[in-house]
Amino acid sequence: MAEDHKTIRMIVQRQDEPEAQPYEEEFEIPYRKNMNVISALMEIRRNPVNAKGEQTTPVYWDMGCLEEVCGACSMVINGKAMQSCTALIDQLEQPVRLEPMKTFPVMRDLAVDRSRMFDSLKKVKAWVPIDGTYDLGEGPRMPESKRQWAYELSKCMTCGVCLEACPNVNSNSDFIGPAALSQVRLFNSHPTGSYHKAERMDALLDDGGLQNCGNSQNCVQACPKGIPLTTSIAALNREATLHSFKSFFGSDYHH
Amino acid sequence: MAENREFFNRRLHSLLGVFPIGLFLMQHLVVNHFATYSPEAFNNAAHFMENLPLRVFLEFVLIYIPLLFHAVYGVYIAFTAKNNLRRYGFFRNWMFMLQRATGIITLIFIVWHVWETRLAHAIYGTEVNFDMMATILESTFMFWFYVVGVVAAVFHFANGLWSFFVTWGITVTPRSQKVLTYATLGIFIIFTYMGIASLIAFAY
Repeated sequence: MAEDHKTIRMIVQRQDEPEAQPYEEEFEIPYRKNMNVISALMEIRRNPVNAKGEQTTPVYWDMGCLEEVCGACSMVINGKAMQSCTALIDQLEQPVRLEPMKTFPVMRDLAVDRSRMFDSLKKVKAWVPIDGTYDLGEGPRMPESKRQWAYELSKCMTCGVCLEACPNVNSNSDFIGPAALSQVRLFNSHPTGSYHKAERMDALLDDGGLQNCGNSQNCVQACPKGIPLTTSIAALNREATLHSFKSFFGSDYHH
Repeated sequence: MAENREFFNRRLHSLLGVFPIGLFLMQHLVVNHFATYSPEAFNNAAHFMENLPLRVFLEFVLIYIPLLFHAVYGVYIAFTAKNNLRRYGFFRNWMFMLQRATGIITLIFIVWHVWETRLAHAIYGTEVNFDMMATILESTFMFWFYVVGVVAAVFHFANGLWSFFVTWGITVTPRSQKVLTYATLGIFIIFTYMGIASLIAFAY
């Protein structure tokens, strides 16, 4: 078949270690049908020779589930942050340019350290506490319509694409980013999670919190899971207005 | 409140942009618009504003102090952003960038405008009336400087009003935010028209 001789041109931004200077390296990879970016990277790993024919080190990247639910393989592909597992070679313009998501510290080549996102989730208490000194039993039931709505928010895989797209998440700011904000809305609307709503709101309005959103609304466009991030942000803004009024004018008890 | 100062500052920034600064801007453009009727009509309207009771107090509380805070904190906000239009050229991202750019342009314009009109009056006793504006706008450069300044200020206000509604959680759904985009576009068109019409009336 004619297709056997086709090649894929790929330009990868490489970086040998966290503090090293990044550089570009071009590769030519034999084409196969239905390839994704990861299978192309695996081809480089199998035969680490660049386009000039020189032997090189294999390109390093992170991956996990290979079905767009873990978020680990996110990178900037042709200028847009997305998951490399669902980025299909046939749908990409060539040469395919791969860069790490530079909003995060680059560890090596395309792998970044997304710790700041997990720290943010801890900061805003994005969980439902169920541990106690006794069996807390079953929580209250959730209406089906609400469960379906909450399921959409729960699709967040902390991949970091929304932070990469956000102009207010950068080295000048400590904005926690859209993902953690939306998780606050998810856990605040959970029947048991709502017990800790006020605590989450306090954490949310701390430095680097909700107020850093500048409404560029890139996050909702970039989110691979279609999570209504900007709706979550606006809803939290309303909640924050009420919350701050309550804590300033209200009683010593606010929930 | 002290424990989330950033939240307080951001919300204050948003609030002051509309109350009183936005209201003042609209009032200012309405008074200016009397220039399109006749020089006397403008002078009468301007004198009415000049003769309001407690004028200096009103100027400080409703204009200078809020504007100073809004400007200083706004410059800080503008320079913490890292624009990425080349990669994410969406409408709202353009508005995000323009909001910051027009903020800086408006600040430069207002500093000059206040110096040339209000401070000149306070220091040199320059008479503030139709003729003063006519003299300033005789120069083609100043005329266009004022056109850019007015358009930037009105844009910053109209688009800022849009984000005000989102920031305070009034428009939550994408649909309400879209309707608001059109409403604030209307505000932008009306007040730009009024501002430019006044400038033309002063200059020609």
